[in-house]
Amino acid sequence: MKYDILPWLILFVPLLSAAVITLFTLKYRNVSALLSIGAIVIGFISTVTFIAANGWASSEYTINWLSIGTLNIDFGLKLDRLSEMMMLIVTGVGGAIHIYSYGYMDADRSKARFFAFMSLFTFSMLGIVLANNFIELFIFWELVGVSSYLLIGFWFEKPSAADAAKKAFFTNRLGDFGFLVGIIMLWAWSQGGLNLLNFDAANGFVKNIVAARLQPPTGDVFGDLVPFTIIGLLIFCGAAGKSAQFPLHVWLPDAMEGPTPVSALIHAATMVAAGVYMLCRVFFILTPDALHVIAYIGGFTALLAALIAVQQNDIKRILAYSTLSQLGYMVMAVGLAGPTPAMFHLTTHAFFKALLFLAAGSIIHALHEEQDIWKMGGLRDKMGITFWTFLIGTLALSGVPPFSGFYSKDSILGQALDQKNYLLFAVGVGVAGLTTFYMFRLFYVALVGSPRTATAGHAHESPAVMTWPLVVLALFSVIGGVIGASGIFDAQFSGEVSSPSLVHRILEPLHSPVAMVSGLIMVAVGWFAARAFYLNVETDPLPAKLGGLATAMKNRFYFDEIYEATFIRAHDFIAAVADWIDRWLLEGFCIGLIRGGTDFTGRALRLVQTGNLQTYALLFALGVAVVLYLVLIK
Amino acid sequence: MTVGLEHYLAVSFLLFALGLFGVVMRRNVLVMYMSLELMLNAANLALVSFSRFNNKLDGQVLVFFIITVAAAEVSVGLALIVALYRRRRSAHVEDLNTMKL
Repeated sequence: MKYDILPWLILFVPLLSAAVITLFTLKYRNVSALLSIGAIVIGFISTVTFIAANGWASSEYTINWLSIGTLNIDFGLKLDRLSEMMMLIVTGVGGAIHIYSYGYMDADRSKARFFAFMSLFTFSMLGIVLANNFIELFIFWELVGVSSYLLIGFWFEKPSAADAAKKAFFTNRLGDFGFLVGIIMLWAWSQGGLNLLNFDAANGFVKNIVAARLQPPTGDVFGDLVPFTIIGLLIFCGAAGKSAQFPLHVWLPDAMEGPTPVSALIHAATMVAAGVYMLCRVFFILTPDALHVIAYIGGFTALLAALIAVQQNDIKRILAYSTLSQLGYMVMAVGLAGPTPAMFHLTTHAFFKALLFLAAGSIIHALHEEQDIWKMGGLRDKMGITFWTFLIGTLALSGVPPFSGFYSKDSILGQALDQKNYLLFAVGVGVAGLTTFYMFRLFYVALVGSPRTATAGHAHESPAVMTWPLVVLALFSVIGGVIGASGIFDAQFSGEVSSPSLVHRILEPLHSPVAMVSGLIMVAVGWFAARAFYLNVETDPLPAKLGGLATAMKNRFYFDEIYEATFIRAHDFIAAVADWIDRWLLEGFCIGLIRGGTDFTGRALRLVQTGNLQTYALLFALGVAVVLYLVLIK
Repeated sequence: MTVGLEHYLAVSFLLFALGLFGVVMRRNVLVMYMSLELMLNAANLALVSFSRFNNKLDGQVLVFFIITVAAAEVSVGLALIVALYRRRRSAHVEDLNTMKL
């Protein structure tokens, strides 16, 4: 391995940048921003250099971190195709977003603090990507949660932002609890005899057990692998929290309270993808039963979020629900035993969803923080670059060939067909249609037509520091499907290294024509429907046509209200009972009795202290008499 | 009737009881102090009589020590009482209750 130092550098330079900004340069906004941008650009260049020097080779660097009895925990870096690709995404897309933020956050007085948080996030995310064991993964997992909390609540003066940050953190913690229990169960499984928390060790261990149980006369993998299924599902809880899968999906739309670059980096391109990445990393542990559950949860989330997105009016919320829906796709792909399509879609999605968010940020910036799409319109001539890059992002997300989204979405649909899971195939195809519909609804309402407000009429294109990242991301949104990401992931998961030609990669979808054709038909249907309903309209025509369903979609199917009425109410009740027990039973009765008793005794004994010398003398003499009586006579 | 050890001890006990009674009952600090001395001398009497009847000199040696120490103690105690009187203008024990909370 050449340049062994680089992976360590890539991981720790962002941390250094965060520390330097926090400790020394908080007063110098632009210096801090440049430090943070420099850190992530160094990371990107180092990643490229490392891959160029070593090819896609795998290696592992480990330092023993702590060792208690049989429990050994390493701090290690695991480098293979999966983590190296993910590092490229995090530092590459992240770098573009950092540069964009330089312009976007220019007017904010806490620019330095923003970049400190961004660097902290980059460090944590790279930690997840590079972790070589479960404990390390979990630590960075939580660190990512903290940075996400800090960045969602960046404008903490706004109560809605502070609430959204808390909601995101708590919902994530809920999932992480399951994750932690899963890790502990896995460790307990080995009875501490193995260094099982390391991914490779765990992989070998699981393979041996499955092989042993597949032998006759048992033969029945399903029955004997129940503990593994439970471990797998518990670990999936963590992924469901981070990747906002049903029923823990409620935090992601609220997380849009953060600054738009944060939404792009954390809540679209990287952090929410961490759940999917983690599922692919520990794919070996997921039994067929667990995969089934995961696939249906993913599919349901994809459909649910796509339906909700159809009736949202806030530009960032539409994109947030779209992110949810696409994450559902990826999770569904993992569940359909296809980590390759999942990671492929993750890669392309990182490009075009970051692009869409940044373009949306550019629009919001130009319209003075206006986020309602019905107050926009007519932006083509005023904001040329934003308009065209947004269109590219929309086309890529909808899955129009030859944009990147087409290839990755098609590979997921193809995977569903391969697994003969026609229900999830139908869900996938339907969601593809809905995706196209709501994205073109957004496009026609917010960007095309005539300006609906004076602010929209006076919009200006954003500065170059914001438009260049858009252009770069747009480029990758176009070509992301054919640059060979799929082949690299395939080599990781199936072990077959193949390097198909460019033409071959372009024609890849022809392998499963049914998936391709049905996907394309739905895209066309979605597009025409959106065009028919939303081109040059002043108000939304759908609520009149759909009635109650539209209201339900608009209100996010009342999930927040349902949670409020059930879980939160129940939680409040338990909290009230606990409070009562604490206040009256523990503090009032137990502590009160001891305290009151001591107090009373003290007061009574105080009466003895008369301050009269002669009383003391008498008592003293009586005491001596008693002692003498006891010693001499008794 | 011969005078035996018991008689001396009885006198000693009476003196001690009188002293104690004086310490507990009298209100004047100076008188209380004199009563204390009386109690000391009751002890001295007991020691001397034990020494005489047991034919051992230890008791008498101890008495000399007690007399010496008592002399020193009296000077310190009287000085304290005088200082207290100057400060409080009173030698009555009811007025000396600052040890109470």
